[in-house]
Amino acid sequence: MTISNENKLTFECETGNYHTFCPISCVSWLYQKIEDSFFLVIGTKTCGYFLQNAMGVMIFAEPRYAMAELQEGDISAQLNDYEELKRLCLQIKKDRSPSVIFWIGTCTTEIIKMDLEGIAPKLEADIDIPIIVARANGLDYAFTQGEDTVLAAMAQRCPDNKNYPSKNAIEPTTDAIHPPLVLFGSLPDAVVQQLTYELSKQGITVQGWLPSTRYTELPFINEQYYVAGVNPFLSRTATTLMRRRKTKLIGAPFPIGPDGTRAWIEKICSVFNITPTKLDERESEVWSSLENYLELVRGKSVFFMGDNLLEISLARFLIRCGMTVYEIGIPYMDKRYQGAELLLLEKTCREMNVPIPKIIEKPDNYNQLDRIRDLQPDLVITGMAHANPLEARGINTKWSVEFTFAPIHGFSNAKDILELVTRPLRRNLNLNEVSSEMYSSRY
Amino acid sequence: MKLAYWMYAGPAHIGTLRIASSFKNVHAIMHAPLGDDYFNVMRSMLERDRNFTPVTASIVDRHVLARGSQEKVVNNIRRKDKEEKPDLVVLTPTCTSSILQEDLQNFVDRAALESEADIILADVNHYRVNELEASDRTLEQIVSFYIRKAILSNSVSKEKTIKPSVNIIGILSLGFHNKHDLVDLKRLFSDLDIEIHQIIPENASVHDLKNLSQAWFNFIPYRETGLLTAQFLKEELDMPFVDITPMGIINIKACVRQIQSILSNLGSNRDYEKYLSDQTKYISQAAWFSRSIDCQNLTGKTAIVFGDATHAACMTQILSEEMGIDVLWSGTYCTNDEEWFRKKVEPFCREVVITDDHNVVGDLIAKTEPNAIFGTQMERHIGKRLNIPCGVISSPVHIQNFPLSYKPFLGYEGTNQIADLIYNSFTLGMEDHLLDLFGGHDTTDVLTNTLTADNDIVWDTSAFAELSKVPGFVRGKVKRNTEKYACQKGYTEINLEIMYEAKEKVNT
Ligand code: SF4
Repeated sequence: MTISNENKLTFECETGNYHTFCPISCVSWLYQKIEDSFFLVIGTKTCGYFLQNAMGVMIFAEPRYAMAELQEGDISAQLNDYEELKRLCLQIKKDRSPSVIFWIGTCTTEIIKMDLEGIAPKLEADIDIPIIVARANGLDYAFTQGEDTVLAAMAQRCPDNKNYPSKNAIEPTTDAIHPPLVLFGSLPDAVVQQLTYELSKQGITVQGWLPSTRYTELPFINEQYYVAGVNPFLSRTATTLMRRRKTKLIGAPFPIGPDGTRAWIEKICSVFNITPTKLDERESEVWSSLENYLELVRGKSVFFMGDNLLEISLARFLIRCGMTVYEIGIPYMDKRYQGAELLLLEKTCREMNVPIPKIIEKPDNYNQLDRIRDLQPDLVITGMAHANPLEARGINTKWSVEFTFAPIHGFSNAKDILELVTRPLRRNLNLNEVSSEMYSSRY
Repeated sequence: MKLAYWMYAGPAHIGTLRIASSFKNVHAIMHAPLGDDYFNVMRSMLERDRNFTPVTASIVDRHVLARGSQEKVVNNIRRKDKEEKPDLVVLTPTCTSSILQEDLQNFVDRAALESEADIILADVNHYRVNELEASDRTLEQIVSFYIRKAILSNSVSKEKTIKPSVNIIGILSLGFHNKHDLVDLKRLFSDLDIEIHQIIPENASVHDLKNLSQAWFNFIPYRETGLLTAQFLKEELDMPFVDITPMGIINIKACVRQIQSILSNLGSNRDYEKYLSDQTKYISQAAWFSRSIDCQNLTGKTAIVFGDATHAACMTQILSEEMGIDVLWSGTYCTNDEEWFRKKVEPFCREVVITDDHNVVGDLIAKTEPNAIFGTQMERHIGKRLNIPCGVISSPVHIQNFPLSYKPFLGYEGTNQIADLIYNSFTLGMEDHLLDLFGGHDTTDVLTNTLTADNDIVWDTSAFAELSKVPGFVRGKVKRNTEKYACQKGYTEINLEIMYEAKEKVNT
């Protein structure tokens, strides 16, 4: 392969006409993560319909979530917001007795300027349950950014020595050789264990996670604590932790893929002046265990349409696996929060001797489909709206939402990422006999 | 505000999108925030559509909030006009546009000046109508748009087709088994020697709408979508219509007889009576099935029905009149169609329920404890929790309700498929009940340590005779459970007493 002239990252911005999930979808994984929570989405039938269908069968498992469906009287302010919310929250308290109620603001509450932040503290005092407001609406955010708005709001509620001096506020003591470290980002418990374990092997103690499995167990966050993100879409949370809680952010690549995990640990170690041990071995061990998958992907090309903000990290990992990335679509690009990840992407491209992909912020799906037709990539990572039509045109697709639900962090889950990425390739190899002639039209 | 976990009918814009995307070469542009194009996912997933769903959004974001959509909507319409060259663009408002109160009609007028495509603004208000009402309204709106246009330019054809012919109105995307129903409707009309003139909106071209009038009459298979259009065509072009859903033997008869009378009014005398009785006797198995011994066992069994007005009403009638099942109550979430629904089902059930609150439905099911439920996916899950079998007969549905195999609900083949559905729901329930009665479902350790060969347990003659009276499909299980019990107790011979003891003990 020739060395590309493109050895600098380029950023473009299109029209923002792309498909993604509404950020209120974050309730579906956050209510499961935070076991004593209840999520109340204050919106319309549109929001409810989306959640009902997107959650699939989860909706029948008595989820700790509900809509506060706004009626015409709420819109025209004939009804009193405070009284209405009080009525619903008392009902929730009675039926479910949660430790915290999250109010998810939506497009409608934005447009009619419902003062959720103003009402919450009063009602909280009134009914004696913490109420946290997160405005995760489609006017401002895309998909996983919903979690970001919720965690940013939660970050304000983490106890510290100033605000909780009386409540057994003994700061958790450790014999750590480094200042306290808190990680942020919602991950399945098993993955939390794995990452905590990897750090402990370097002598690093994790003081706590935002979020924890219960609201009542939110970690202490004091000034000058160190914090590090585990997901690329958490820039508001990072900002809040830095500005409001006066913590120090460790800007690192994200622990996705063995390369990312290693870089993440290395960066944390370097901040704490720790020389990492055996990381090299650990990483190459993982790579060699992936060889079967790597054989399948090496030399193949991939196109990210962009909808969940994991795109930069995944692209960086796939390039390290030997793939070529044509385009990285992404809803929103925080160049500061993702700075270290972007540098690693650049470096990876140089080392693997492949052109640096274009990063397209706020992509235009229509234009992208045009480019896909020209490029004929081996794999398109995309939302479900485009997956079946592309498959029908002979283009392999992997739907992107799965990357947000599968465990993809840390050394041990690199296999899961490749399992997802290669699934369409493996499946379609097996189907050659039946599928070659039934496509509607080739692209 | 209303605390809601689940809704039966979606928001209005879904109805409009279902109509627009069912037509050929019609593009819908939603005036909506990022994330409201979930419709595309549903269509691509549930219907496994091979084509890109012709729906895009003109995105409402912060800038739009501050300064209004301004040129954005107009530009988006013009852009789609150039890119896709649609015949018609339907600008679709959402809950967000309902409260922004922008003058969308103005955008439409301006875009229309420069576009090749026709452009209309869907006349649906999020806070006033639901998905089903909106689909009815949008279909009427599109049809009347083209009919009026044709009237103005004098291009509505006054000629009827030579042979009797019909328009089928209301087959649309994401409709419950609509595609399968259409196959059976085609067969029905071909049997009746009636030409199908047009099918709308499924795969229809808007340019053909001006020729709708060439058909002799219109046919509306489902009440939820199409009635408004049929009424409009009656008023505007004096076209008669049939709105009896041919679901179940009795309704098919009524439907065909009405068709016969319309045709005879128009001067074509047909006699379908022989056809009806032949079909009932030989093609549909349902009539014979109701007489067969199996069905006798369903006598006095209880059921409840809940769904959209069309399916719930027909199902209630089938259960009661064609199967002799006791329908404890029958209900619909189509609250706007209450009057018709009551009148239609009152003779066939003990009570009528009109609600769109699934909690009310759930409580009623728990209270009335029917032997089987016929409802939507929601009732199926309620049934699961209460251990009552459920046949799904109406939207809202999941992907498993878009089967690849042929499963119509309408027409004579539909009667067979419904009979299977009913029968399977009830036998499933009975099987379950019997299993419980004879010692539960638990098979895990039963197989390993209670096989007769492994231990020296013998059955005495009377116990063995009793065992052989247990229905075949559970006999093995009863045998094993009894032996397991005997084994635990250290008995080596099973007599009647031990058998009954086992039945009692293992049960608890
Ligand atoms: S985009 Fe806005 S209106 Fe639509 S589902 Fe999301 S919050 Fe609700």
